[in-house]
Amino acid sequence: MKHSSIPESFSPELQNHLFGRHLLASEIPFSEEMIVEHLKNGYVSQLSGVHAESGKFTCLRCGNEDQSMFYAIPCKVCHRDCAYCRSCIMMGRVSECAKLYQWTGPRLLYPVPDQVMSWDGKLSEGQLTASHRVVDAVNEKGELLVWAVCGAGKTEVLFPAIKTALMAGNRICLATPRTDVVLELFPRLKKAFPKIDVAALYGGSSDRHTPSQLIISTTHQLIRFIEAFDVIIVDEVDAFPYSADDSLHYAVNKSKKSAAATIYLTATPSKRMKRLYRSGKLKAVTIPARYHRQPIPVPEMVWCGNWQKKFLEKKIPPAIGRWVSDRMSQNIPLLLFFPSIKMLEQVNPLFQLLSPKLKIVHSQHPERKERVMALRNGEVPGLLTTTILERGVTIERLEVAVIGSEHEVFSESALVQIAGRVGRSLAFPRGTITFFHYGKSKAMIEAIQHIRMMNKTARERGLLDDE
Amino acid sequence: MNRCLVCNEAMKDVLTWRTLLKRADAKVICKSCEGGLERITGERCSLCSRELDGIHRSGDLCYDCSRWESDNEWSGQLSRNISLFHYNEQLKEIIAKFKYRGDYALASIFVPYLREVLKDMEHDLITCIPLSDERLRERGFNQAQALADLLGLCTVELLNRIDTEKQSKKSRLERISLPQVFEVKNQDLLQGRSILVIDDIYTTGTTLRQAAKALKKAGAKAVSSITLSR
Ligand SMILES: [Zn+2]
Ligand SMILES: [Zn+2]
Ligand SMILES: [Zn+2]
Ligand SMILES: [Zn+2]
Repeated sequence: MKHSSIPESFSPELQNHLFGRHLLASEIPFSEEMIVEHLKNGYVSQLSGVHAESGKFTCLRCGNEDQSMFYAIPCKVCHRDCAYCRSCIMMGRVSECAKLYQWTGPRLLYPVPDQVMSWDGKLSEGQLTASHRVVDAVNEKGELLVWAVCGAGKTEVLFPAIKTALMAGNRICLATPRTDVVLELFPRLKKAFPKIDVAALYGGSSDRHTPSQLIISTTHQLIRFIEAFDVIIVDEVDAFPYSADDSLHYAVNKSKKSAAATIYLTATPSKRMKRLYRSGKLKAVTIPARYHRQPIPVPEMVWCGNWQKKFLEKKIPPAIGRWVSDRMSQNIPLLLFFPSIKMLEQVNPLFQLLSPKLKIVHSQHPERKERVMALRNGEVPGLLTTTILERGVTIERLEVAVIGSEHEVFSESALVQIAGRVGRSLAFPRGTITFFHYGKSKAMIEAIQHIRMMNKTARERGLLDDE
Repeated sequence: MNRCLVCNEAMKDVLTWRTLLKRADAKVICKSCEGGLERITGERCSLCSRELDGIHRSGDLCYDCSRWESDNEWSGQLSRNISLFHYNEQLKEIIAKFKYRGDYALASIFVPYLREVLKDMEHDLITCIPLSDERLRERGFNQAQALADLLGLCTVELLNRIDTEKQSKKSRLERISLPQVFEVKNQDLLQGRSILVIDDIYTTGTTLRQAAKALKKAGAKAVSSITLSR
């Protein structure tokens, strides 16, 4: 029976689909009539996806304002020249006549199960300190930078805070730039929070459009959310080129509620973040020591002459050749980083003469995953690679050399990340990381200072066992 | 600032006397992305532009075309197809983004290439392979029409896609082998004319041959086609 005093009803299915989302009509599998009905009752609102003001376009989905990334179509839908955004086109075309819909009706409530978290691992001292700060940030809906060295175990640091948020009925998103990381973290989160609906979102994932309470997503997918999250955790916030910084911030700000906790995770904060932190505008906590309580190996710098010229003469600079042969003879797995794919291909035949088992791998390489796995399993003695591989590779006993480390592609943070591959396991906490150069760069010196500083802080805070 | 339509990298505007004098098309794609496009060169099938590899050929025709031409129903319907590029990974990506993601801007990459070959193609009228109404609404534009529009060509609508509902009403005999997909409109315009049809890709040649057959049956003198790739 219907009573006039009861507010207009809404579709719970549509609510489930659209709650916290920012979607195009083509992404909403419900009838037009149903959407119109909900618009009329104020449960759904719509806005033009591309906004034009005094001849300047803005994409409301991805925040793009770069005018060279808009283009006009003689549109068969609105029958005029209609601007669309090229920046986010891979996620469906947003244009002046394409509306973006969001749910403005009653909120979904997340019930709290008896036992939220089943994870009972132990945090290191450094992790524990950081973890308390993250919990505080969640409770206060504040902003916090977690500056954790490579190998600190930053995911576990988040668990107590995620538990706190889930128990408060909050909706949480963990966003990371790489699909690999989404795939790696998804089962870990499911296992830690077995009674919670966890969703993994990435390009090509079967988007279930369930209003999951805990979402692990690539940062790209964030643009499909609006005012959704009480807690947003941005992993590897520095992994973005400076130009992409603004669009990441737009997506993060749009996807979270106006009062929300924002947590940034990184081993190498950008200059901008460090500046904000030093001026007190951004709160931060550091985890300067690895989980295994051993210091991070400090890179050594080795002058190797004009390496570029040597390679052109089809010779490997002797210092580099010796470094590689020494390790191969001791069966130590190695990674050699080069400045570009082009150079990688140029030097590959020379290294093939050292050992035909050495392989190259780079971001566009079809056998990328298999080759990294082969190195991990000891099937190949070493890989020649570019900076693309710097993150997320953990191989026991690994030793690393950067060839031409003064090259501009090797920024301070890239070099710190590369050095962070060495000494990851407790069984082999040491290992060499060598910068082969023809003149030191500022980034090389800063990277070494960065690592020394972290080790010093860790020692002062009693987080190391090396003395 | 100008950005490469493929990789989005910023490009320096290079103003040379040649571009100023010839009012050539502005550059929309960087050198490196342009290098990824492979023109069809060398000896090719005189009908469909496929590069002839010496094995699968029959005279100056490729194997497929010689089979079409030996079939009474299809022989001579399409007089010639010109294709510009090999359908390699790079082009596949560009065309997919253009067609399926609806990135209209990408059409302008092909304008200078199309302009160059259009000079040598005789025709009285130009038309585009139409999309179904549903596809058109979905994408907001017809990709073949986008190419024609950016080339500044004057086109006429001569073909309609027969929707599947009408299709099923046809007698079984009519639907045997290849069902008819096009019907002709503005029939009076095409009497005794040679028609140039624009489409994005020549895959099996079936679509273009069906269009050609419908047009010729309606009174066109000859039908040829131009496609980005095959
Ligand atoms: Zn956009
Ligand atoms: Zn429009
Ligand atoms: Zn390019
Ligand atoms: Zn042929």
